[in-house]
Amino acid sequence: MRCDHCHEREAVIHLTQVAADQAVQVHLCEKCAAEKGVEPAAALVKSPLGGFLAQLSPLGAAEAPGAELRCPRCGGGLADFRDAGRLGCPECWEAFAGPLTDLVRRLHGATRHVGERYALPGTPEEGTRAASPTAARLREELRDAVAAEDFERAARLRDALRLPP
Amino acid sequence: MIDLTLLPDGGLTWLDGSGPQSHLVLSTRVRLARNLAGRVFGARNTPAEREAVLADVRLAAIDTVSLSQAHYFRVDELDRMDRQFLHERHLVSKELAGLEAGGRVRSGAACLWQEGAGAMVNEEDHLRLQALRSGFDLEAAYGAVDRVDGELGQRIAFAFHSEFGYLTSCPTNVGTGLRASVLIHLPGLVLTKEIGRVLQGLGQVGLTFRGLYGEGSEVVGNFFQLSNQTTLGQTEHELLEHLGSMVREVITYEEQAREVLLREAPGIIEDKVWRAYGLLRYARTLSFEETMNLLSGVRLGVGMGLVGGVGLYTLNKLLVHTQPAHLAAAEGIPLDDPALAVRRARYVRTLLDEDAAHRGGTSAGDHQ
Repeated sequence: MRCDHCHEREAVIHLTQVAADQAVQVHLCEKCAAEKGVEPAAALVKSPLGGFLAQLSPLGAAEAPGAELRCPRCGGGLADFRDAGRLGCPECWEAFAGPLTDLVRRLHGATRHVGERYALPGTPEEGTRAASPTAARLREELRDAVAAEDFERAARLRDALRLPP
Repeated sequence: MIDLTLLPDGGLTWLDGSGPQSHLVLSTRVRLARNLAGRVFGARNTPAEREAVLADVRLAAIDTVSLSQAHYFRVDELDRMDRQFLHERHLVSKELAGLEAGGRVRSGAACLWQEGAGAMVNEEDHLRLQALRSGFDLEAAYGAVDRVDGELGQRIAFAFHSEFGYLTSCPTNVGTGLRASVLIHLPGLVLTKEIGRVLQGLGQVGLTFRGLYGEGSEVVGNFFQLSNQTTLGQTEHELLEHLGSMVREVITYEEQAREVLLREAPGIIEDKVWRAYGLLRYARTLSFEETMNLLSGVRLGVGMGLVGGVGLYTLNKLLVHTQPAHLAAAEGIPLDDPALAVRRARYVRTLLDEDAAHRGGTSAGDHQ
Protein backbone atom coordinates (compact mmCIF):
# COMPACT_ATOMS: atom_id res chain seq x y z
CA MET A 1 0.00 0.00 0.00
CA ARG A 2 1.35 3.45 -1.00
CA CYS A 3 1.60 6.41 1.33
CA ASP A 4 -1.47 8.68 1.11
CA HIS A 5 0.74 11.76 1.28
CA CYS A 6 3.71 11.22 -1.06
CA HIS A 7 2.16 8.37 -3.06
CA GLU A 8 5.66 6.98 -3.50
CA ARG A 9 6.87 5.05 -0.50
CA GLU A 10 5.27 2.05 1.17
CA ALA A 11 2.84 3.03 3.93
CA VAL A 12 3.90 1.56 7.27
CA ILE A 13 1.74 3.63 9.62
CA HIS A 14 -2.00 3.17 9.52
CA LEU A 15 -4.06 5.65 11.47
CA THR A 16 -7.72 5.95 12.17
CA GLN A 17 -8.46 9.66 12.35
CA VAL A 18 -11.72 10.91 13.71
CA ALA A 19 -13.03 14.08 12.06
CA ALA A 20 -16.64 15.25 12.29
CA ASP A 21 -17.56 11.92 13.83
CA GLN A 22 -16.29 10.09 10.77
CA ALA A 23 -13.48 7.60 11.17
CA VAL A 24 -11.05 7.98 8.28
CA GLN A 25 -8.20 5.60 7.60
CA VAL A 26 -4.90 7.31 6.78
CA HIS A 27 -1.88 5.37 5.54
CA LEU A 28 1.52 7.03 5.73
CA CYS A 29 5.12 6.11 5.08
CA GLU A 30 7.51 6.68 7.96
CA LYS A 31 9.03 9.83 6.43
CA CYS A 32 5.71 11.60 5.78
CA ALA A 33 4.45 10.53 9.19
CA ALA A 34 7.52 12.10 10.79
CA GLU A 35 7.00 15.32 8.79
CA LYS A 36 3.39 15.45 9.94
CA GLY A 37 4.54 14.97 13.50
CA VAL A 38 2.95 11.54 13.88
CA GLU A 39 4.88 9.58 16.46
CA PRO A 40 5.45 6.12 15.00
CA ALA A 41 4.48 4.42 18.23
CA ALA A 42 5.04 0.71 18.02
CA ALA A 43 1.36 0.04 18.45
CA LEU A 44 0.38 2.02 15.37
CA VAL A 45 2.78 0.33 13.05
CA LYS A 46 1.16 -2.65 11.41
CA SER A 47 4.48 -4.16 10.36
CA PRO A 48 6.62 -2.99 13.22
CA LEU A 49 9.89 -4.16 11.79
CA GLY A 50 9.40 -2.95 8.22
CA GLY A 51 10.51 0.64 8.61
CA PHE A 52 13.02 0.07 11.35
CA LEU A 53 14.88 -2.70 9.62
CA ALA A 54 15.44 -0.60 6.52
CA GLN A 55 17.17 1.97 8.70
CA LEU A 56 19.58 -0.39 10.41
CA SER A 57 23.01 0.54 9.20
CA PRO A 58 24.76 -2.42 7.66
CA LEU A 59 27.74 -1.80 9.96
CA GLY A 60 30.41 -0.92 7.45
CA ALA A 61 29.04 -3.17 4.77
CA ALA A 62 28.86 -0.20 2.43
CA GLU A 63 32.62 -0.01 1.99
CA ALA A 64 33.38 -3.72 2.04
CA PRO A 65 30.54 -6.23 1.76
CA GLY A 66 32.78 -9.09 2.82
CA ALA A 67 33.62 -7.31 6.04
CA GLU A 68 30.03 -7.33 7.25
CA LEU A 69 29.70 -8.47 10.81
CA ARG A 70 28.45 -12.04 11.06
CA CYS A 71 27.23 -14.07 13.99
CA PRO A 72 29.96 -16.54 14.95
CA ARG A 73 27.43 -19.23 15.86
CA CYS A 74 24.95 -19.33 12.94
CA GLY A 75 26.81 -17.28 10.34
CA GLY A 76 23.87 -14.94 9.82
CA GLY A 77 24.55 -11.28 9.08
CA LEU A 78 22.57 -8.10 9.65
CA ALA A 79 21.54 -8.19 5.99
CA ASP A 80 19.87 -11.58 6.59
CA PHE A 81 18.04 -10.09 9.54
CA ARG A 82 16.91 -7.13 7.44
CA ASP A 83 15.58 -9.47 4.76
CA ALA A 84 13.89 -12.03 6.97
CA GLY A 85 13.00 -9.93 10.02
CA ARG A 86 14.20 -12.87 12.10
CA LEU A 87 17.45 -13.47 13.93
CA GLY A 88 19.42 -16.65 13.38
CA CYS A 89 20.22 -17.81 16.90
CA PRO A 90 20.58 -16.66 20.52
CA GLU A 91 24.15 -15.50 19.88
CA CYS A 92 22.97 -13.05 17.20
CA TRP A 93 21.70 -11.00 20.14
CA GLU A 94 25.31 -10.61 21.35
CA ALA A 95 26.84 -10.23 17.90
CA PHE A 96 24.46 -7.41 16.92
CA ALA A 97 23.83 -6.05 20.42
CA GLY A 98 24.42 -2.42 19.34
CA PRO A 99 21.87 -2.11 16.53
CA LEU A 100 19.49 -4.47 18.31
CA THR A 101 19.51 -2.28 21.42
CA ASP A 102 18.40 0.67 19.27
CA LEU A 103 15.73 -1.42 17.60
CA VAL A 104 14.47 -2.82 20.90
CA ARG A 105 14.27 0.71 22.35
CA ARG A 106 12.12 1.83 19.43
CA LEU A 107 9.91 -1.24 19.54
CA HIS A 108 9.40 -1.50 23.29
CA GLY A 109 10.32 1.93 24.63
CA ALA A 110 12.90 0.25 26.87
CA THR A 111 16.07 -1.79 26.50
CA ARG A 112 16.25 -3.79 29.69
CA HIS A 113 14.25 -6.85 30.65
CA VAL A 114 12.75 -6.35 34.11
CA GLY A 115 10.55 -9.43 34.26
CA GLU A 116 11.29 -12.83 35.70
CA ARG A 117 14.93 -13.85 35.83
CA TYR A 118 15.71 -17.27 34.49
CA ALA A 119 18.21 -19.60 36.11
CA LEU A 120 19.62 -22.39 34.00
CA PRO A 121 18.75 -25.90 35.19
CA GLY A 122 20.93 -26.90 38.13
CA THR A 123 21.75 -23.34 39.12
CA PRO A 124 18.86 -22.11 41.23
CA GLU A 125 19.51 -18.59 42.46
CA GLU A 126 17.61 -16.72 45.08
CA GLY A 127 14.88 -14.57 43.61
CA THR A 128 14.69 -16.47 40.37
CA ARG A 129 11.52 -17.99 39.09
CA ALA A 130 12.75 -21.51 39.80
CA ALA A 131 13.18 -20.66 43.47
CA SER A 132 9.93 -18.72 43.89
CA PRO A 133 6.91 -19.83 41.91
CA THR A 134 4.37 -17.10 41.40
CA ALA A 135 1.14 -16.97 43.34
CA ALA A 136 -0.78 -17.49 40.09
CA ARG A 137 1.09 -20.73 39.46
CA LEU A 138 0.56 -21.92 43.03
CA ARG A 139 -3.15 -21.24 42.69
CA GLU A 140 -3.27 -23.29 39.49
CA GLU A 141 -1.50 -26.14 41.27
CA LEU A 142 -3.86 -25.80 44.22
CA ARG A 143 -6.84 -26.05 41.88
CA ASP A 144 -5.40 -29.21 40.33
CA ALA A 145 -4.62 -30.72 43.73
CA VAL A 146 -8.19 -30.13 44.90
CA ALA A 147 -9.58 -31.56 41.65
CA ALA A 148 -7.41 -34.64 42.13
CA GLU A 149 -8.50 -34.82 45.79
CA ASP A 150 -4.87 -34.68 46.85
CA PHE A 151 -5.71 -32.74 49.99
CA GLU A 152 -2.31 -33.07 51.63
CA ARG A 153 -0.69 -31.33 48.70
CA ALA A 154 -3.57 -28.83 48.54
CA ALA A 155 -2.98 -27.92 52.21
CA ARG A 156 0.73 -27.40 51.57
CA LEU A 157 0.00 -25.18 48.58
CA ARG A 158 -2.59 -23.22 50.52
CA ASP A 159 -0.04 -22.56 53.27
CA ALA A 160 2.54 -21.52 50.71
CA LEU A 161 0.03 -19.05 49.26
CA ARG A 162 -0.60 -17.55 52.70
CA LEU A 163 3.07 -16.86 53.35
CA PRO A 164 4.30 -13.47 52.25
CA PRO A 165 6.27 -13.82 48.99
CA MET B 1 -8.18 -37.83 10.74
CA ILE B 2 -7.43 -36.52 14.21
CA ASP B 3 -9.69 -37.81 16.92
CA LEU B 4 -9.92 -34.88 19.28
CA THR B 5 -12.47 -36.68 21.40
CA LEU B 6 -9.37 -38.31 22.86
CA LEU B 7 -8.45 -34.98 24.38
CA PRO B 8 -10.06 -34.89 27.83
CA ASP B 9 -11.31 -31.37 27.17
CA GLY B 10 -11.18 -31.57 23.40
CA GLY B 11 -9.16 -28.40 23.72
CA LEU B 12 -12.54 -26.76 24.23
CA THR B 13 -13.19 -26.20 27.91
CA TRP B 14 -12.37 -22.58 27.20
CA LEU B 15 -15.59 -22.30 25.18
CA ASP B 16 -17.95 -23.51 27.86
CA GLY B 17 -19.00 -19.98 28.70
CA SER B 18 -18.28 -20.48 32.40
CA GLY B 19 -15.47 -17.97 32.80
CA PRO B 20 -15.69 -14.39 34.07
CA GLN B 21 -17.46 -11.93 31.70
CA SER B 22 -18.33 -14.77 29.31
CA HIS B 23 -21.14 -12.79 27.75
CA LEU B 24 -18.52 -10.51 26.19
CA VAL B 25 -15.20 -12.30 26.46
CA LEU B 26 -14.89 -15.71 24.84
CA SER B 27 -11.44 -16.66 25.97
CA THR B 28 -8.17 -15.47 27.40
CA ARG B 29 -4.87 -16.70 26.06
CA VAL B 30 -1.35 -16.12 27.35
CA ARG B 31 1.65 -17.31 25.41
CA LEU B 32 5.35 -17.26 26.23
CA ALA B 33 7.99 -17.38 23.48
CA ARG B 34 10.99 -19.49 24.48
CA ASN B 35 14.06 -20.80 22.67
CA LEU B 36 16.56 -23.47 23.58
CA ALA B 37 20.01 -22.17 24.54
CA GLY B 38 22.76 -22.74 22.00
CA ARG B 39 20.42 -23.83 19.22
CA VAL B 40 19.84 -22.05 15.92
CA PHE B 41 16.39 -20.40 15.64
CA GLY B 42 13.67 -21.62 13.31
CA ALA B 43 14.48 -19.15 10.53
CA ARG B 44 17.93 -20.64 9.93
CA ASN B 45 17.93 -24.16 11.33
CA THR B 46 17.99 -27.46 9.43
CA PRO B 47 15.42 -30.26 9.55
CA ALA B 48 17.85 -32.27 11.71
CA GLU B 49 18.11 -29.39 14.18
CA ARG B 50 14.34 -29.04 14.33
CA GLU B 51 14.04 -32.76 15.06
CA ALA B 52 16.62 -32.34 17.84
CA VAL B 53 14.60 -29.49 19.37
CA LEU B 54 11.45 -31.58 19.27
CA ALA B 55 13.22 -34.56 20.85
CA ASP B 56 14.57 -32.37 23.69
CA VAL B 57 11.15 -30.87 24.35
CA ARG B 58 9.35 -34.22 24.34
CA LEU B 59 11.88 -35.76 26.68
CA ALA B 60 11.55 -32.85 29.09
CA ALA B 61 7.74 -32.83 28.86
CA ILE B 62 7.47 -36.49 29.92
CA ASP B 63 9.14 -35.55 33.19
CA THR B 64 6.72 -32.72 34.05
CA VAL B 65 3.32 -32.69 35.72
CA SER B 66 1.81 -30.12 33.40
CA LEU B 67 2.67 -31.90 30.13
CA SER B 68 3.41 -35.54 30.98
CA GLN B 69 -0.06 -36.63 29.85
CA ALA B 70 -0.15 -34.21 26.95
CA HIS B 71 -1.70 -35.11 23.65
CA TYR B 72 0.90 -34.89 21.00
CA PHE B 73 0.30 -33.87 17.40
CA ARG B 74 3.04 -34.16 14.88
CA VAL B 75 1.68 -31.27 12.79
CA ASP B 76 4.03 -31.81 9.84
CA GLU B 77 2.63 -35.31 9.34
CA LEU B 78 -1.02 -34.25 9.23
CA ASP B 79 -2.97 -33.49 6.08
CA ARG B 80 -4.27 -30.01 5.40
CA MET B 81 -7.74 -30.56 6.84
CA ASP B 82 -6.36 -31.82 10.15
CA ARG B 83 -3.92 -28.94 10.37
CA GLN B 84 -6.71 -26.46 9.71
CA PHE B 85 -8.81 -28.27 12.31
CA LEU B 86 -6.14 -27.72 15.00
CA HIS B 87 -5.82 -24.10 13.91
CA GLU B 88 -9.58 -23.53 14.14
CA ARG B 89 -9.38 -24.89 17.67
CA HIS B 90 -6.74 -22.28 18.44
CA LEU B 91 -4.27 -25.03 19.38
CA VAL B 92 -1.76 -24.11 16.66
CA SER B 93 -0.98 -20.88 14.85
CA LYS B 94 -1.54 -20.36 11.16
CA GLU B 95 2.23 -20.33 10.70
CA LEU B 96 2.80 -23.64 12.51
CA ALA B 97 -0.03 -25.26 10.56
CA GLY B 98 1.48 -24.02 7.29
CA LEU B 99 -1.79 -22.34 6.32
CA GLU B 100 -0.41 -18.93 5.39
CA ALA B 101 -0.66 -17.89 1.75
CA GLY B 102 2.22 -19.59 -0.02
CA GLY B 103 3.25 -21.13 3.29
CA ARG B 104 4.01 -24.75 3.96
CA VAL B 105 4.23 -26.78 7.11
CA ARG B 106 7.83 -27.06 8.23
CA SER B 107 9.43 -30.28 9.39
CA GLY B 108 9.39 -30.91 13.12
CA ALA B 109 6.26 -28.76 13.64
CA ALA B 110 4.42 -30.22 16.61
CA CYS B 111 1.92 -29.38 19.31
CA LEU B 112 1.45 -30.66 22.87
CA TRP B 113 -1.77 -30.01 24.75
CA GLN B 114 -2.95 -30.96 28.21
CA GLU B 115 -5.92 -29.49 30.05
CA GLY B 116 -5.96 -25.99 28.67
CA ALA B 117 -2.22 -25.51 28.33
CA GLY B 118 0.51 -26.69 26.04
CA ALA B 119 3.24 -25.87 23.62
CA MET B 120 3.79 -25.34 19.94
CA VAL B 121 7.19 -26.68 18.92
CA ASN B 122 9.29 -25.40 16.02
CA GLU B 123 7.18 -22.37 15.31
CA GLU B 124 9.00 -19.07 14.70
CA ASP B 125 10.53 -19.72 18.11
CA HIS B 126 11.47 -23.20 19.29
CA LEU B 127 8.68 -23.05 21.83
CA ARG B 128 5.47 -21.12 22.06
CA LEU B 129 4.04 -22.11 25.42
CA GLN B 130 0.39 -21.20 25.76
CA ALA B 131 -2.65 -21.50 27.97
CA LEU B 132 -6.30 -20.80 27.25
CA ARG B 133 -9.09 -20.05 29.70
CA SER B 134 -12.78 -19.46 29.31
CA GLY B 135 -13.91 -15.84 29.64
CA PHE B 136 -11.76 -12.98 30.92
CA ASP B 137 -9.20 -14.61 33.21
CA LEU B 138 -5.66 -13.37 32.67
CA GLU B 139 -4.44 -14.59 36.02
CA ALA B 140 -5.54 -18.19 35.52
CA ALA B 141 -4.22 -18.33 31.96
CA TYR B 142 -0.89 -16.90 33.04
CA GLY B 143 -0.71 -19.22 36.03
CA ALA B 144 -1.17 -22.23 33.77
CA VAL B 145 1.42 -21.21 31.19
CA ASP B 146 3.84 -20.05 33.87
CA ARG B 147 3.69 -23.51 35.37
CA VAL B 148 4.53 -25.17 32.03
CA ASP B 149 7.34 -22.64 31.59
CA GLY B 150 8.74 -23.30 35.07
CA GLU B 151 8.68 -27.06 34.66
CA LEU B 152 10.18 -27.14 31.17
CA GLY B 153 12.74 -24.46 32.01
CA GLN B 154 14.14 -26.59 34.80
CA ARG B 155 14.67 -29.48 32.40
CA ILE B 156 15.94 -27.80 29.27
CA ALA B 157 18.10 -24.69 29.13
CA PHE B 158 16.28 -21.69 27.66
CA ALA B 159 18.10 -18.88 25.86
CA PHE B 160 18.17 -16.03 28.37
CA HIS B 161 20.21 -12.81 28.35
CA SER B 162 20.83 -10.68 31.44
CA GLU B 163 19.94 -7.49 29.54
CA PHE B 164 17.41 -8.59 26.91
CA GLY B 165 15.69 -11.34 28.91
CA TYR B 166 14.26 -14.33 27.04
CA LEU B 167 15.80 -14.28 23.57
CA THR B 168 13.49 -14.67 20.61
CA SER B 169 13.81 -14.95 16.89
CA CYS B 170 11.94 -11.69 16.32
CA PRO B 171 12.83 -8.63 18.45
CA THR B 172 9.13 -7.80 18.87
CA ASN B 173 8.84 -10.71 21.33
CA VAL B 174 12.07 -10.38 23.31
CA GLY B 175 12.17 -9.85 27.09
CA THR B 176 9.27 -11.59 28.75
CA GLY B 177 8.21 -13.31 25.52
CA LEU B 178 4.70 -12.75 26.84
CA ARG B 179 1.72 -12.02 24.66
CA ALA B 180 -1.63 -12.05 26.41
CA SER B 181 -4.79 -11.76 24.35
CA VAL B 182 -8.41 -11.45 25.20
CA LEU B 183 -10.97 -12.50 22.58
CA ILE B 184 -13.83 -10.06 23.01
CA HIS B 185 -17.13 -9.49 21.22
CA LEU B 186 -17.78 -5.79 20.56
CA PRO B 187 -20.88 -5.45 18.36
CA GLY B 188 -22.21 -2.48 20.35
CA LEU B 189 -19.11 -0.42 19.64
CA VAL B 190 -19.19 -1.45 15.97
CA LEU B 191 -22.89 -0.55 15.58
CA THR B 192 -22.47 2.81 17.31
CA LYS B 193 -19.38 3.43 15.14
CA GLU B 194 -17.25 4.03 18.24
CA ILE B 195 -14.95 1.11 17.55
CA GLY B 196 -12.39 3.11 15.54
CA ARG B 197 -11.90 5.51 18.40
CA VAL B 198 -11.56 2.72 20.94
CA LEU B 199 -9.03 0.79 18.86
CA GLN B 200 -7.06 3.94 18.20
CA GLY B 201 -7.03 4.62 21.94
CA LEU B 202 -5.73 1.13 22.61
CA GLY B 203 -2.95 1.72 20.08
CA GLN B 204 -1.89 4.79 22.00
CA VAL B 205 -1.49 2.84 25.23
CA GLY B 206 0.65 0.10 23.75
CA LEU B 207 -2.03 -2.44 22.97
CA THR B 208 -2.99 -3.91 19.64
CA PHE B 209 -5.84 -5.88 18.11
CA ARG B 210 -6.18 -8.77 15.73
CA GLY B 211 -8.99 -10.88 14.30
CA LEU B 212 -10.47 -14.13 15.53
CA TYR B 213 -7.51 -16.25 14.51
CA GLY B 214 -4.71 -14.04 15.77
CA GLU B 215 -1.90 -12.52 13.81
CA GLY B 216 -2.75 -11.53 10.27
CA SER B 217 -6.40 -12.51 10.53
CA GLU B 218 -9.43 -10.45 9.59
CA VAL B 219 -12.00 -9.27 12.08
CA VAL B 220 -15.11 -11.40 11.60
CA GLY B 221 -18.31 -11.49 13.61
CA ASN B 222 -17.19 -8.43 15.61
CA PHE B 223 -14.68 -10.53 17.54
CA PHE B 224 -11.45 -8.75 18.41
CA GLN B 225 -8.33 -10.14 20.04
CA LEU B 226 -6.88 -7.41 22.23
CA SER B 227 -3.29 -7.93 23.29
CA ASN B 228 -0.14 -6.27 24.54
CA GLN B 229 2.18 -4.96 21.85
CA THR B 230 5.41 -4.68 23.83
CA THR B 231 7.09 -7.49 25.72
CA LEU B 232 10.13 -5.83 27.29
CA GLY B 233 10.58 -3.12 29.91
CA GLN B 234 7.71 -4.20 32.13
CA THR B 235 7.32 -7.23 34.35
CA GLU B 236 4.94 -10.02 33.38
CA HIS B 237 2.60 -8.84 36.11
CA GLU B 238 2.65 -5.23 34.86
CA LEU B 239 1.96 -6.31 31.28
CA LEU B 240 -1.02 -8.40 32.38
CA GLU B 241 -2.29 -5.70 34.73
CA HIS B 242 -2.14 -3.05 32.00
CA LEU B 243 -3.97 -5.21 29.47
CA GLY B 244 -6.49 -6.25 32.12
CA SER B 245 -7.34 -2.70 33.15
CA MET B 246 -7.73 -1.61 29.51
CA VAL B 247 -9.97 -4.59 28.71
CA ARG B 248 -12.12 -3.68 31.71
CA GLU B 249 -12.48 -0.19 30.22
CA VAL B 250 -13.39 -1.60 26.82
CA ILE B 251 -16.02 -3.78 28.52
CA THR B 252 -17.49 -0.67 30.12
CA TYR B 253 -17.55 1.12 26.74
CA GLU B 254 -19.24 -1.84 25.10
CA GLU B 255 -21.88 -1.96 27.82
CA GLN B 256 -22.47 1.79 27.47
CA ALA B 257 -22.79 1.41 23.69
CA ARG B 258 -25.43 -1.28 24.21
CA GLU B 259 -27.35 1.00 26.56
CA VAL B 260 -27.25 3.72 23.93
CA LEU B 261 -28.57 1.31 21.30
CA LEU B 262 -31.43 0.22 23.56
CA ARG B 263 -32.27 3.82 24.41
CA GLU B 264 -31.90 5.42 21.00
CA ALA B 265 -32.97 2.68 18.60
CA PRO B 266 -34.73 -0.13 20.46
CA GLY B 267 -36.91 -1.08 17.49
CA ILE B 268 -34.05 -1.22 15.04
CA ILE B 269 -31.81 -3.25 17.31
CA GLU B 270 -34.57 -5.68 18.25
CA ASP B 271 -35.38 -6.21 14.58
CA LYS B 272 -31.72 -6.71 13.74
CA VAL B 273 -31.05 -9.42 16.32
CA TRP B 274 -34.27 -11.30 15.57
CA ARG B 275 -33.54 -11.18 11.84
CA ALA B 276 -30.16 -12.71 12.57
CA TYR B 277 -31.82 -15.42 14.63
CA GLY B 278 -34.45 -16.03 11.96
CA LEU B 279 -31.87 -16.44 9.21
CA LEU B 280 -29.80 -18.83 11.27
CA ARG B 281 -32.82 -20.88 12.25
CA TYR B 282 -34.35 -21.16 8.79
CA ALA B 283 -31.68 -20.54 6.12
CA ARG B 284 -30.83 -23.44 3.80
CA THR B 285 -27.29 -22.35 2.92
CA LEU B 286 -24.85 -20.46 5.10
CA SER B 287 -21.27 -19.40 4.41
CA PHE B 288 -18.88 -19.33 7.36
CA GLU B 289 -18.60 -15.52 7.25
CA GLU B 290 -22.35 -15.05 7.16
CA THR B 291 -22.76 -17.51 10.01
CA MET B 292 -20.21 -15.61 12.10
CA ASN B 293 -21.95 -12.29 11.47
CA LEU B 294 -25.40 -13.69 12.25
CA LEU B 295 -24.09 -15.40 15.40
CA SER B 296 -22.70 -12.04 16.42
CA GLY B 297 -26.17 -10.52 16.08
CA VAL B 298 -27.83 -13.28 18.10
CA ARG B 299 -25.11 -13.10 20.73
CA LEU B 300 -25.78 -9.39 21.07
CA GLY B 301 -29.51 -10.10 21.37
CA VAL B 302 -28.92 -12.68 24.09
CA GLY B 303 -26.53 -10.33 25.92
CA MET B 304 -29.11 -7.50 25.82
CA GLY B 305 -31.90 -9.77 27.00
CA LEU B 306 -33.79 -9.38 23.70
CA VAL B 307 -33.49 -12.97 22.50
CA GLY B 308 -34.40 -15.92 24.71
CA GLY B 309 -34.37 -19.61 23.97
CA VAL B 310 -30.74 -19.82 23.04
CA GLY B 311 -27.82 -20.29 25.41
CA LEU B 312 -24.30 -18.98 25.37
CA TYR B 313 -22.96 -22.52 25.24
CA THR B 314 -24.92 -23.24 22.07
CA LEU B 315 -23.65 -20.03 20.48
CA ASN B 316 -20.06 -20.89 21.39
CA LYS B 317 -20.49 -24.41 20.10
CA LEU B 318 -21.84 -23.08 16.81
CA LEU B 319 -18.89 -20.73 16.56
CA VAL B 320 -16.47 -23.65 16.74
CA HIS B 321 -18.28 -26.36 14.83
CA THR B 322 -19.39 -24.30 11.84
CA GLN B 323 -15.76 -23.53 10.98
CA PRO B 324 -14.83 -25.11 7.63
CA ALA B 325 -12.49 -27.89 8.78
CA HIS B 326 -14.67 -28.76 11.79
CA LEU B 327 -17.77 -29.02 9.65
CA ALA B 328 -16.08 -30.89 6.80
CA ALA B 329 -14.60 -33.38 9.27
CA ALA B 330 -17.93 -33.96 11.00
CA GLU B 331 -19.76 -34.35 7.69
CA GLY B 332 -17.03 -36.48 6.15
CA ILE B 333 -16.72 -34.32 3.05
CA PRO B 334 -13.76 -32.40 1.56
CA LEU B 335 -13.08 -28.81 2.60
CA ASP B 336 -13.86 -27.48 -0.87
CA ASP B 337 -17.14 -29.39 -1.28
CA PRO B 338 -19.88 -26.95 -2.39
CA ALA B 339 -22.33 -28.85 -0.17
CA LEU B 340 -20.56 -27.45 2.88
CA ALA B 341 -22.80 -24.35 3.01
CA VAL B 342 -25.92 -26.54 2.93
CA ARG B 343 -24.57 -28.82 5.67
CA ARG B 344 -23.63 -25.78 7.74
CA ALA B 345 -27.17 -24.42 7.56
CA ARG B 346 -28.57 -27.81 8.53
CA TYR B 347 -26.21 -28.11 11.49
CA VAL B 348 -27.07 -24.61 12.73
CA ARG B 349 -30.81 -25.31 12.39
CA THR B 350 -30.52 -28.56 14.31
CA LEU B 351 -28.65 -27.03 17.22
CA LEU B 352 -30.93 -24.00 17.47
CA ASP B 353 -34.03 -26.22 17.28
CA GLU B 354 -32.71 -28.44 20.06
CA ASP B 355 -31.84 -25.46 22.22
CA ALA B 356 -35.24 -23.85 21.67
CA ALA B 357 -37.05 -27.12 22.48
CA HIS B 358 -34.90 -27.62 25.56
CA ARG B 359 -35.68 -24.12 26.78
CA GLY B 360 -39.37 -24.34 26.03
CA GLY B 361 -39.32 -22.52 22.72
CA THR B 362 -38.33 -19.05 21.69
CA SER B 363 -40.66 -16.20 22.15
CA ALA B 364 -40.44 -13.95 19.14
CA GLY B 365 -43.61 -12.04 19.87
CA ASP B 366 -42.93 -10.83 23.38
CA HIS B 367 -43.24 -7.14 22.46
CA GLN B 368 -46.36 -7.22 20.34
